[in-house]
Amino acid sequence: MTTETLTETASQAIDTSADLLRFATAGSVDDGKSTLIGRLLFDSKTIFEDQLESVEQVSKDRGNDYTDLALLTDGLRAEREQGITIDVAYRYFATPKRKFIIADTPGHIQYTRNMVTGASTADVAIILVDARKGVIEQSRRHTFLATLLGVPHIVVCVNKMDLVDYSEEVFEGIRRDFTDFASRLRVPDLTFIPISALVGDNVVNRSENTPWFDGRPLLSHLESLHVASDRNLQDVRFPVQYVIRPQSHDARDYRGYAGTVAGGVLKKGDKVRVLPSGLETTIEGIDTADGPVNEAFPPMSVTVRLADDIDISRGDMICRPNNSPAALQDIDAQICWMDETAPLVQGKKYAIKHTTRWARAMVKDVKYRVDVNTLHRDEDATEIRLNEIGRIQLRVTQPLFVDPYRQNRRTGAFILVDEATNKTVAAGMVGTLPHTA
Amino acid sequence: MTSHVLSQLRSLEAESIHIFREVVAEMQRPCLLFSGGKDSIVMLHLAAKAFAPARIPFPIMHVDTGLNFPSVLATRDRWVERLGIQLVVASVPEAIERGLVQEEPNGSRNRIQTPVLLEAAEKNGFDALFGGGRRDEEKARAKERVFSFRDDFGQWDPKNQRPEIWDLYNGRVHQGESIRVFPLSNWTELDIWAYIEAEDIDLPDLYFAAEREVVDRGGMLFAVNEFTPLKDGETAEVRSVRYRTVGDANLTAAVASTAATRAEIVEEVAAVRLTERGATRGDDKVSEAAMEDRKREGYF
Repeated sequence: MTTETLTETASQAIDTSADLLRFATAGSVDDGKSTLIGRLLFDSKTIFEDQLESVEQVSKDRGNDYTDLALLTDGLRAEREQGITIDVAYRYFATPKRKFIIADTPGHIQYTRNMVTGASTADVAIILVDARKGVIEQSRRHTFLATLLGVPHIVVCVNKMDLVDYSEEVFEGIRRDFTDFASRLRVPDLTFIPISALVGDNVVNRSENTPWFDGRPLLSHLESLHVASDRNLQDVRFPVQYVIRPQSHDARDYRGYAGTVAGGVLKKGDKVRVLPSGLETTIEGIDTADGPVNEAFPPMSVTVRLADDIDISRGDMICRPNNSPAALQDIDAQICWMDETAPLVQGKKYAIKHTTRWARAMVKDVKYRVDVNTLHRDEDATEIRLNEIGRIQLRVTQPLFVDPYRQNRRTGAFILVDEATNKTVAAGMVGTLPHTA
Repeated sequence: MTSHVLSQLRSLEAESIHIFREVVAEMQRPCLLFSGGKDSIVMLHLAAKAFAPARIPFPIMHVDTGLNFPSVLATRDRWVERLGIQLVVASVPEAIERGLVQEEPNGSRNRIQTPVLLEAAEKNGFDALFGGGRRDEEKARAKERVFSFRDDFGQWDPKNQRPEIWDLYNGRVHQGESIRVFPLSNWTELDIWAYIEAEDIDLPDLYFAAEREVVDRGGMLFAVNEFTPLKDGETAEVRSVRYRTVGDANLTAAVASTAATRAEIVEEVAAVRLTERGATRGDDKVSEAAMEDRKREGYF
C-alpha cells in the first residue's frame, strides 16, 4: 500500500460515522487462529514495525523457520515461556468502515471461562474449522458457548483450504455437518467462508482459488454486518447507576439519574415507571455533558431527569408503564462456573450483581450440568466445577428486575461473587421466566 | 438519529463514562492518577463528562518525579483550576530526600515512582486508582482487566485476575486491597487523537510540532534543555519535532514531525508505523517483559 492510500484510509477511519464491532475468536495454536488475527492486523496496517521486528527477533532466537505471529498476542511471560495463550487478549484494528475489537481467547476446554468472557460482549463469534479435520469437538464447544452467551452472528471460517486443493466438496461437506449440528442450537445468523489465513484467501481479498464461492471475504463480511439492531431497541430498560446532585450554587436544584441505556429508546416526554416503587412519571429531559438529547438508546451513557420528585437510587430500574422487566427473587439461570478453588454447590450463598444492583443469592437447586462437548445433560449433578456449564435455581434476598437473557443481554445477565474471597466466580444468564411474572 | 447507531468514538466515550460512574458508586475513595500526558487528560475530560453538571467527585494525584516539562505542569494547573478539583502531589524528589527510594544510576525515576505512588495511595486511603493505560500500548496491558485487582502490596498477579464478563464490574476488595481502573482500556492511540480533535481538548504544547533545539542520540531526538543538556562532542540542531508521549523530561524523546494541529496529528498517527512507546520511551526498551515486571511491582 502506498503512503497516499494509507493517508486516505486513515482519514476515513476516524470519520465518526464508523461504528464499533466486537468479535470473539476462539481456537488453539494449530488451527490457524493466530495466523488469521495476524493477517487481519497486518493487512489493515495495525501491526507496527517495532512489534513485528521484536516478534521476528524472538522467532529467530528460538530457531523457528517462520515468524510466529502468535507472539504478537501472547503477552505474558508464562505464555511466551510455555508457548500457550492463557488469557483473553484484546486486539484493535480499524478500517474506513469500522473499528474492531477482537477478544482473542484460547480454545482449550480448560479455558472455557476465558471464552465465555470474550463472548459476553461480542457481536460476532468466529469459529475456525480446519478443512482437513472438519467439524470436531472443539468447533461444537465453541459454537455452543457462543450461542449460550447470545452472540448474534456466527462466522465459520473453514481454514487451510489451500491444503485441500480449494475443494468445494470439502467446504460443502463441512457446511452440511455444521448446519446439522447448529440446528440443535439457537443460531440467529450463520455464515460460512472458505479461507486460508496463511495465504490470505478470502480474508481481506476475494480469492481466485475459490471461484465457486459467491459470498464475501471475511473482512468485508465483518464490515457490512448490521449489528445495531441486535441490541434490544423495543423494551425500555434504564438501570439507575448513579444519582447526580451537584452541591453547587449554579445547579442547586439539579437531580439527574445517570446510567447506561440497557434496552429500548428513551425519549423526552415519555411516560415511565420506576422499579421497585412502581411510581410513574415522565422524562423531563435527557442530558449529556454536551447538552440535552431528544432520545437515548443502547449503549449510550446519559443522565435522565424526571418530572416528579420521587425517591430513586442506584439499582432502581426505569422502564415503561406497560412494559416492565419481571421483578423476581426466584431465578432460573444457566451459569458458567469460573472459580478454580471451589465448585458451585447447592445451598451455598453468594453475592450477586445484576445491572447496577447487588444482592445475596442462595443456590436452591442444581438442575443439571451440560457436557459442553456433547450437549448431554447430567441431571444427577449436585455441583458445578471450573469451566462447567449448568442450570441452577437461585433465591435472591431482594427482587431483581430481569428479562430473559435471550431478550436482553444486559438485563438478563448477572455475576456471582464469592463473599469470602471477593472473586467473581460465575457468569449467569437468566432463563425462562415464570408465567405469573 | 433514527438509525440508533452510535459512532465508535461515542461508543468508547459511553463505555468510559459507565466505568467512572460504576467506580464512584461502588468504591469508598477513588482517585485519578494524572501525569499530564494526553491519555490522563482525556481520562480527566471523560470524568468531567460522567458527572456533569456536578464536579468530579474525587481528587486527582500527580506523582511528581521532579523531571516534568514545565508546559506539562502548566497544563495540569489549568485543568485543576478549570474543573475545580482537588490535586494531591506525591513528590519523588522529596521521597528521595527522606530515603524512601534511591536515585537509579541511569537517572530514570520511572521505577522509583512506584513506591512513592503506593505510599501516597495508602496514606490517603485510596481504594481505587484510575489510570490512563490502554490495551493497545503493550502486550502485557492487552491482557489486563478494566478493573485490575491489586493485593495489599499494590501488586498485580496476571494469573489471578478476576473474570470480567459483560460490563458487570466487580470492585469488591478487603481492607488494604485496592483496584486499578482503566477507563481507556479499549481506546487506541488513534482513537485518543481523533477524540482530542473532536472535543478540542487542551494539551501541553509539546504535543504539537514546532522548531525545537534537539540532539540526535541513537536515532532518538532529545530536546536540549536543563534536563537533557548537550554532552561533550554533541551538537544541537533545530528541527521541527513534537512529542508523542510526555514522560520524564530526561528520558522522553521527540519525533521529527510537522504536525502542528490536532487534525494534522490525527493524520500523522494514522500513518505512523512505530508504536508510541517503541519510538520515544527509553524506559520500555529494557526487556521484553519490562512492562509486566513493573506492573507486578505496582506500576501502572
